[in-house]
Amino acid sequence: MKKRKFSVSISAIYLCLCFWALTTVYPIIWVVLNSFKAKDKILENSFAFPMGELFTLANYRKAFENLNIFGAYKNSIFISTMVCAVVILLAGLASFALVRYHFKLRNILYMLVVAGMMFPAFATVIPVYTMEVSWGIAGTKSWWLSMFSVILPQVAGNLSFAIIVLTGYIRSLPIELEEAAFMEGCGPIQIFFRVIVPLTKPSFATVAIFSFLWSYNDLFTQMFFLRRPDIMAITRLLNELTSNEGTDYGLMAAAVSLVVVPVMIVYIFMQKYIIKGMTAGAVKG
Amino acid sequence: MGANIYKNKKPLFLFLLPAFIFMIVFLYFPFFKNIVDSCMEIKQLGISGEVLNEPWYSNYAKLFTDENVRTSLKNTLIMTIVTIFGQVGIALLLALMVDNIKRGAKVFRTMFFFPIVVSATALGLLFNLIFLYDTGMINQLLSMFGKQELTDWKSEKWALFTMMLPVMWQYVGFYFVIIVTGLNNISEELYEAAAIDGATKLRRIWYITLPLLHNVLCTCVVLAVTGALKVFDLPWTMFPKGMPLKSTFLTGTYMYYQTMIVKDVDYGCALAVMIVVLGVVLSRLVNTIFKEKDY
Repeated sequence: MKKRKFSVSISAIYLCLCFWALTTVYPIIWVVLNSFKAKDKILENSFAFPMGELFTLANYRKAFENLNIFGAYKNSIFISTMVCAVVILLAGLASFALVRYHFKLRNILYMLVVAGMMFPAFATVIPVYTMEVSWGIAGTKSWWLSMFSVILPQVAGNLSFAIIVLTGYIRSLPIELEEAAFMEGCGPIQIFFRVIVPLTKPSFATVAIFSFLWSYNDLFTQMFFLRRPDIMAITRLLNELTSNEGTDYGLMAAAVSLVVVPVMIVYIFMQKYIIKGMTAGAVKG
Repeated sequence: MGANIYKNKKPLFLFLLPAFIFMIVFLYFPFFKNIVDSCMEIKQLGISGEVLNEPWYSNYAKLFTDENVRTSLKNTLIMTIVTIFGQVGIALLLALMVDNIKRGAKVFRTMFFFPIVVSATALGLLFNLIFLYDTGMINQLLSMFGKQELTDWKSEKWALFTMMLPVMWQYVGFYFVIIVTGLNNISEELYEAAAIDGATKLRRIWYITLPLLHNVLCTCVVLAVTGALKVFDLPWTMFPKGMPLKSTFLTGTYMYYQTMIVKDVDYGCALAVMIVVLGVVLSRLVNTIFKEKDY
């Protein structure tokens, strides 16, 4: 008797959990399926499977003809990889120094880092833009400079988080290994690259994933710095699409699929690291 | 011994300077410059202001009379409440449920977390299709269940709901993962002891789980509040320019609107200052209400 009641409540729990899982996964499946249908067929019955007569690749053909999807991907990946690489390098060096060296300003500098987490992008974007215009980086015709105009503020925006995560990890490393390296005649720079970096790999992965995704998805900064079509990154291109082609639902479905599916594939293979990366900062406080 | 390696402080500069130069040039300096700019007259984005506004606080005076500021503050406060109760609340329920099952917990975690990695802009387009009036996924579903007339989800009546639901939905998985981690840290022995004393499942949750989760939930609420103030991508994609009738502005989207569309740059700076002040006040408030406790 008791056992049976137990299984009823467990099934109810599974039902609730499955319902929520359905809401998080089904919309994506729905949009991918509909991207293979002609635009008026989506409106008639969006739940039908795109087979036989319903199936068409027209939306994708149109997406590749009208939108510079590959260009936008290239820009996005370039920006995010650079942000990720620079953040890892700078934050790694700074964290190492903040943990291992004892000096007067240490606590003050660490407080500056923590406070850096509090600045919303809204509060810094206008002066940063003005500054970059006066340096001749932002609002120019050059592709390289335009890319750098986005990369610089995004790096700054991710450094605080990265330093907090990395200092937490480096602090837990035993100092004996560094002592051994020191005895062998390594200087601090060699110790950093040969001892600290290999040992801190898992934490670097966390930081790398977080800053890559954050930069890839950040629409706000891109709206300020990337305003010409040839330098648009992928989220910026999508946003542009809503205002220009808001009624071509087939094209929109295809564009959303083209952006979401690669992310989904990467997510399936690296979900463990991604989930850890995205929540690490929060759990640490 | 350890101190010996790092006694020579010369390399210190090499390690610290690049990161801190970045933070000072791109975070601290602009942050204070922004406050100064909010009192200046700026003719165009990209040109710095040279003369003070007349009077210097005119932008701040405007904040109090601007009706859209009131709308955006109201919407942002609603958004905060939605993120606290919707995101953290649903996440807590889901986490408590997952704590009871033996199989599939990992799969659920993977699925719940997925929306967070997708860019909010793509989700905005996706939800535009889902909430389409003639006829998106929701309206098709409703008519399948026999509803006759179509609902205009983007009309004034429904706009806030249509905007906030996806924002709420996207981040539930984030808090879910944090709370599940917190749940796993509670020792099994406490539950066993309570079970021996005859405590029911619900009582165990109420007297053991929730008090022990207090600090985790506190962190979640603080993150939810600061997150609510940063929302930009989804609302701007689904309801650009505060449509319909400027009723869906949030503080962030209104700041962008004033800066880039109206091109009142110095007013945009003042709005950004307002967002910062709002953030500080709200997170202070949350911290005093949900004080961290030691057990």
